[in-house]
Parts: sequence; structure tokens; C-alpha cells
Amino acid sequence: MANHDHALELEKAGANITGRLSSLAFLARRYPLGAIGGVIMVVFLLTAACAGLTGLDPFTTDARSSLARPGGEHLLGADFMGRDVLARIVFGARISLAVAVGATVLGCFFGVVIGLSSGFFGGWFDLLVQRLIDIMQSLPLLVMALVMAASLGPSLQNTIIAIAIPLVPSVARVIRSNALSLREMPYVEAARAVGMSEVRIAVTHVLPNTLAPLIVLGTAQLGSAILVESALSFLGLGVPEPHPSWGRMLSESAAEYVRSAPWLVIFPGVAISAVVFGTNLLGDAIRDVLDPRQRQ
Amino acid sequence: MGTYLVRRSLLMVLTLFGISVLIFVMLRLVPGNITDIIFDSAGFVNERQKKKIERELGLDQPIITQYGRWIAGLAKGDLGYAYVSEKPAIDEILPRIPVTAKLAALALFFSILFGVPLGVISAVRQDTTLDYVLRIISLSGLSLPSFWLGLLILMAFVHWTGWIPIYQSSPGNLWKEIALLSIPAAAVGFRSSALVMRLTRSSMLEVLRQDYIRTARAKGASDTSVNYDHALRNAVLPVVTIIGIEAAFLIGGLIVTETVFNIPGVARFLVEAIRWRDYPIVQNLVMFIAVVVVVVNFLVDMTYAVLDPRIRYEG
Repeated sequence: MANHDHALELEKAGANITGRLSSLAFLARRYPLGAIGGVIMVVFLLTAACAGLTGLDPFTTDARSSLARPGGEHLLGADFMGRDVLARIVFGARISLAVAVGATVLGCFFGVVIGLSSGFFGGWFDLLVQRLIDIMQSLPLLVMALVMAASLGPSLQNTIIAIAIPLVPSVARVIRSNALSLREMPYVEAARAVGMSEVRIAVTHVLPNTLAPLIVLGTAQLGSAILVESALSFLGLGVPEPHPSWGRMLSESAAEYVRSAPWLVIFPGVAISAVVFGTNLLGDAIRDVLDPRQRQ
Repeated sequence: MGTYLVRRSLLMVLTLFGISVLIFVMLRLVPGNITDIIFDSAGFVNERQKKKIERELGLDQPIITQYGRWIAGLAKGDLGYAYVSEKPAIDEILPRIPVTAKLAALALFFSILFGVPLGVISAVRQDTTLDYVLRIISLSGLSLPSFWLGLLILMAFVHWTGWIPIYQSSPGNLWKEIALLSIPAAAVGFRSSALVMRLTRSSMLEVLRQDYIRTARAKGASDTSVNYDHALRNAVLPVVTIIGIEAAFLIGGLIVTETVFNIPGVARFLVEAIRWRDYPIVQNLVMFIAVVVVVVNFLVDMTYAVLDPRIRYEG
């Protein structure tokens, strides 16, 4: 229904939409900030995908270029161990992408399963889930992720799990409230009348209609997953060495390099902020497109 | 109001009980315990000594007994002993609370001082250049990792003054302390004010679309009167709930910012305790954080019920 509204608006605006490409161009003009976010995300994805093709090497240490200034051989300088900062940032995009996508997909999957079954089936299960969500939401995202990461132990996979779990309750809550209202829709009643099983109704009729809010929420989660990963790695409890994580690069170079090697502090932080800014811009635009009721 | 209060209080107790179970289980997810870690780092295992330590720490008891002991202790104000310092956990935690509380209060003050007025301006001037600029600022505030912002502030201080604003344990008088704390508080508060600004803006926009606003305009009230007398009064209500959301949001910022600025508060202590695997400290600190969040949210809900009668009656 949300999509429909937008198509109508396009028609009213007299937009000459002939294909996917021109509708994309229309949306880019309509939401310039979202377009900027989209461009940032494309650059980020390409960086992560093509990191191996650049010929950069994020692992080789070189005592001679320890703390080398930016310029010359090391465009963005080198860290204490003489590793190239640019190479580590480029390869770090892979880690950020893996964590962001991994944690978001995992969190959304369990959030949808829990939210859908509790909203659609209701009953004691719904009550239990609601209390559980209350409980999990009383712990700040970072605190929960910290405790989870510490008890699971440091690895890329565990970092993803530690970030995914605190994301589950907010997804479950949104999907639940959607499922609650969708449950009363006439087409659900119709499906029931023709003898469809409850589980099948939930999967074929309710689930597809929760897609729009899920996409909106998912994009927002991408950014917060990246931020939490960087904070965990900054505190030394996230992605372990030798993975070049952006947050980890900052922890290695934290306060002591503020004075002597500011490039070690500036560049990884710029990378994190730019990507999160991109996801936020894109997320806002996607929300406006998919959910016109919330448009602001 | 009475039944609402009772219902809400019962729910709070239930939530806190659930949190305590959750924390307890989370910390015991992994096989092995503190003694394994102690002996792992020592490189050899002395079975007899290991058993002795387990007995001393109560780790040989069934998990239910361990949980029961913890909760019974909590009720009496006995939080057990820190593994690392071997001092009572409460003596480690309590002295660290005031600094963090001051920092959090300052950050909250900053975030409301800037967030609410800028959010209102952004909503009233919706879709103007000013609105776009403010929205980009608030969105970038949400995109900067707060520890990085802290590092940038440190860097700026070093560059322009050659001096690092590191917190000292005895800053002299209260005003000096506030001046020192306001630097890290600005780092935490910037992110929070971005959140407050966004929430204020959307709540203000919501109100501006209401029928009574249209009525006010129709009867010829001036823009200023509509925006500030009719809309702002009603938009401020949801802003109260923001403080509840803020409570959880601020703590994340405090954890990294206290680490960056080397402030000896509870938030940094949590990270240290997690690194040392000092479970009595971690367990009690996480519980403390949860209690703060839950109680703040409870108070916010109560304030809201007092301010908005609809909530009470729907109960």
C-alpha cells in the first residue's frame, strides 16, 4: 500500500517514468540527500568488493616506515608497525561491511521470526515475548554488545553475533506491531475462509507486507552496527588482529598519537563517519519513499 | 492514576528481575569460569588450588544457588568481592559513580540546551535551507563515533593550546571540575543533542499537522502565536520521553568517552572489569546500569502520565 501511494504521487507530478533507470533518476532528484547517501554506499561497496584488486597490502609490517607521514610511498601515512594506512582503510571496508550486513541480517531474521509469530499468533507467547523485549531494551546497545562480545570471545564471527543480538528486540517490536494490524485485514480473513493454515497465512500474506518497515529499519541498523563494531574494536573487545578494522585502527593509535601522528586518528574516523553518514542519509530517503505516513 | 502507578511499578520489578537473570546467564554462556582464565594465563593447572579458588568464589555451587546468593546479597547491599582488587565490589563501584553522574548530567544539559530549540526551529522552517543545514548537522552528529569526536577534541586542544584536558582526581573546586568535565561532556552531548533535535523536530511536525493548529491559523492567529503558544506546548510533551531514550543512549557514549579522556568513572570501569573478566564487578555494574535506565524510564512515564491525562485513563 505504501508503494502504491508513491507511484500515484509520481503520476500526479507528471513524471515521465519509462523504466527503472529513469525512476531512479527521478528519486535522486526528489531526494538529493538520499542520492548522496546512495553514492557513498556504492563507493563503500565497491571499495570492499575491489580491495583485493588494488594491489594494496594491509598486513606487511616495515620498521623503516614506522609512523611515516602521509605522502610519497604511503599516501595516508603508516602506523607504528609501518603498515600502510590507506591499505588498512580499504581492507577495513570489508570488515565493516561484513559486520554491518552480517549483524543486520542476523538481527532482522530473528527479529522477524519472533515479531511475526508473537504479533500474529498472540496469546501467552506474545506476552512472554513482549516482556523479553522490555528486558533486552533496558540494556543499552553498547553495554549488551560489550558483555556478549566478552563472554563469546574475540573473533569476527562472535562480534557479528554480539552486535546482532541487541538488534533483535527493536526489529521484533516493529514487526510485531505491523503483524498485529495486518492480522485484522480482510484478505487475512479471506485466506482463513478458504481454509489456509495459520502458519501459511503468516508467511504468505503477513510477512510480505512487513517488508517495507523492515527495509527502513534494516538500513538504520546498518549504521548502528558499524558504529557499535567500531566502538567494540576501539575498546579492544571487537574484531581481533590481524583484521584491519577501522575501530581497531583508532584504538592502536588512540590518545598517544593525537600529538605525534594525527593522521592515524583522522583517516579511520573519517571512513567510519562517512559510511555511517551514508547509511543514515539513504535510510531517511528510503523511509520517505516506502513509508509516506512518516514522511517529514 | 493509582492503578496505573501500581501496574507500572509491578512491571518495573518484573523487568528488573528478568534483567538480573539475563545478565547472570549471559556471563555464564561460555564453558569454564574465572579460575580457568586465571590458570590459562598462568600456563599450568593446579587442580587442588583450582578447586580451592572455586570454593572460595562459590563457583562449585549449582547455578541456581549462585544466582540466589547474588540476589540475596544485592538486597542487603553486599555485592561480593572484586576478583582483581579483592576489595568489596561496592567499595569499588560507589566512589566511581559521582564523576559519571556529573558527566552524564552535563551531557544531558548540553543535549537539551541545543537539541530542543534547534529541533523546533528546524520544524517551523521545514524544507528551507536552514532546515536542511540543521538536518545535515544532526545526521552527521549521529554518524560520528563519539570516541572519535573525543579524540578530535583532544587533538584540537593539543594543536591550539599544547595542553591535553585530562581529568584530575582532585580538580580543586566544583567549578573547575565542571569546566574540565564540560569538554568530554560536549563530546557525548553532541551526539545526544543530534538525537534530541531529530526527535523534537518530528514531534513538532506531528503537532503542526493537527486540526487545532489549522483552527488557530484559520481564526487568524499569528505565526509566532501558532508555533510557540499552540504547537510547542504540545510538542514538548513527547520530548519528555526523549529523556528516557537518552538515558540508554548516553551510557553508550559515556563508556567510550570516559576511556578516551581517562575519566575514572563507572563507565570506564565497566570496560576495565570486562577486560579483566572481573565478573562480580561486571555483573553488578551492568545491573546498576539497567536499574538506572529502568528507573529513569519509570519516572519519565510517571511525569508523562501527570502531564497527559489520556495516558492515565487508557492505563
